[in-house]
Amino acid sequence: MKLSLVDMKPGQNGVIEKVMGGPGFAAKLGHIGLHRGKRIKKLSSIFRRGPVTVCIDNFQVAIGYGKAMRIMVEVDDGEENSTGR
Amino acid sequence: MKKIVLVGNPNVGKSVVFSHLTGSKVMISNYSGTTVEFTRGQLKIGEDSYAVLDAPGTYSLTPSSKVEEVAADMVDQADVVINVVDATNLERNLLLTSEVLERDVPVIIALNMIDEAGHKGVKIDVEKLEELLGVPVITTVAVSGEGLKKLVDALPKAVNRKKEPLEVADRWAYVGSVVSEVQTIIHRHHTWLESLQDASLRPLTGIPIVAIVLYLAFQLVIGVGEMIAGFLEEYLFGGLYGPLMNRLSEWLGSGGFLHDILIGRLFDGAIEFEESLGVLTTGVFVEFGVVLPFLTVFYLVLGFLEDSGYLPRLAVMADRVMHRVGLHGYSIIPMVLGFGCNVPAVLAARNLESRRERFIVCTLTSVAVPCMAQLAMIVGLVGRLGGAYLAVVFATLFFIWIVLGLIIDRFMPGYTPSMVVEIPPYRIPSLRAQLKKLGMRVKGLIVHATPYILGGILLVNILYTSGIVDYLGVIFKPLIQGVLGLPGEAVSTLLIGFLRKDVAVAMLVPLGLNARQFVIGAVVLAAYFPCAATFAVLLRELGLRDMFKSAIIMVLTAFSAGFMLNMLLDTVVPAPYMAAGLVVVAIILAFVVGSTSDRRELEDLDKTA
Repeated sequence: MKLSLVDMKPGQNGVIEKVMGGPGFAAKLGHIGLHRGKRIKKLSSIFRRGPVTVCIDNFQVAIGYGKAMRIMVEVDDGEENSTGR
Repeated sequence: MKKIVLVGNPNVGKSVVFSHLTGSKVMISNYSGTTVEFTRGQLKIGEDSYAVLDAPGTYSLTPSSKVEEVAADMVDQADVVINVVDATNLERNLLLTSEVLERDVPVIIALNMIDEAGHKGVKIDVEKLEELLGVPVITTVAVSGEGLKKLVDALPKAVNRKKEPLEVADRWAYVGSVVSEVQTIIHRHHTWLESLQDASLRPLTGIPIVAIVLYLAFQLVIGVGEMIAGFLEEYLFGGLYGPLMNRLSEWLGSGGFLHDILIGRLFDGAIEFEESLGVLTTGVFVEFGVVLPFLTVFYLVLGFLEDSGYLPRLAVMADRVMHRVGLHGYSIIPMVLGFGCNVPAVLAARNLESRRERFIVCTLTSVAVPCMAQLAMIVGLVGRLGGAYLAVVFATLFFIWIVLGLIIDRFMPGYTPSMVVEIPPYRIPSLRAQLKKLGMRVKGLIVHATPYILGGILLVNILYTSGIVDYLGVIFKPLIQGVLGLPGEAVSTLLIGFLRKDVAVAMLVPLGLNARQFVIGAVVLAAYFPCAATFAVLLRELGLRDMFKSAIIMVLTAFSAGFMLNMLLDTVVPAPYMAAGLVVVAIILAFVVGSTSDRRELEDLDKTA
């Protein structure tokens, strides 16, 4: 199931499948650790159009709504995979 | 002199390493972007002296912001690079390392926070890592100084790899392969800090946490600040310093030029610390009796918030609100710093990506975020007129903040892209680090503020004795009296406000204003123009053109707000209703108008999708 970070539910896990938008945007996300193929767990959404927070490896990242909409994740059934890889 | 440059991701402890190596005092916090300019210090090894440079944190050497550009330049100029790597986040940190290794410079790695990695169940095979990267790797715990001596000893062993540059995808593959060979992660249960960490990012628990934190911070600063200030006023100024000044006043003959400058005017033959306006009376009192107590408590609270790692979480929770004023959540950090002093706030705005964001943050902070020096005076002096009047001052500033933000967001072209920001783990702040930081800040205040305060009070006396105030009072009477409803002499406070806002607020006292006038004076003083120190950094950060635009906005806003209060407060609307009304109207406006930035960003998204 492919969902954007916004549409994922808190607690769901998945792998980043695609980052829509310019190359600069993808590169910037990559620098912070959010690159294609990376395992990711959604932590929360702050209100309907607020930022989304995610866990990758050992750290947490907050992504604004506009950007979170552009990050597509292949969601898998594994509820918990906290080793991150 | 040879240059050692410290490079690493944001918030990995570069500044801690730097301060240990050089003995210099630098600002350290638990969120990314504390260092915005590089800091320079010296390190002696045997007979040789090295210059040590602490670069601002960067994720990459291909720069996307002003801060990252600085870091990339510094690497190219280095004789040795110490790459500080956060052991708890090996993969992301090694991405930067792989870029550093491609540069033509000897590199050594400080694998920092190795203790925290252990607690988190991350095990790293250091020898293997050294072998794979081909440069020395020294494990360190910078906060306690562990491993730093070894790091210095190993500096001559730094290796210049000058590897072939990799493509982006290959770089991830390379980093991934290194990590999988050296790192093992043992699964373990959440600690209570980690549970709290998650809770403060979930809306249901996060919002109450924000409310509690802000309430406690406010109560602590105002409550404890007032307590200390009251204590000082009674015992230090009433009991010790006052009699001493009275003696000095008598000795100076209770009048004359020197007396006017040092002691100021006497009221019924006695010194009034708030009104005499002498360098040694009002000057010393404002600085040490009022501003310092509040500021010290504020910086204690701020230091805790910074080092615990709460600020970025506040930024996440505030993101929706900040979008309304054309910003995103992370911009709340410069604004929070602004409550201490606007100068560091303007400097911190450098972390923001776009010119648009920097302009909005700088303008809104200058207009609607009064610094603690000014707040202390406002709380002390307006507070005496009653809580409702104090509430009107705060409510007006909040109203200005929202409405001005909505307007700038609507009319300034472009949009502020939403944020992507790393949230650091919670850490329990160390008392020693806290006290050191507090000491630096308080010292900074005393060193930087004292000349302005003394200069300001000197100028007040010159302005009054030379008759310039009377003259300006007449010229500006239509504006000051007509628009703001204040006596013409109040023009002097606006002049002095450019030097020091706290002194300017104190100068409202001798004018004999009524409550509504005092409120208007305090609001206009807060909003109309930044003080000289802030002005100087604004000019540097924004450039002449934007600074000019910003200044026009400030003056117009201040006088509009003053006029609004002059028309409504007490004559039409009583203070308590005025305060509540302004807050409610601001919130309704924010909801109705919404965020122009959001709309533009989504339109842009539709175009690219």
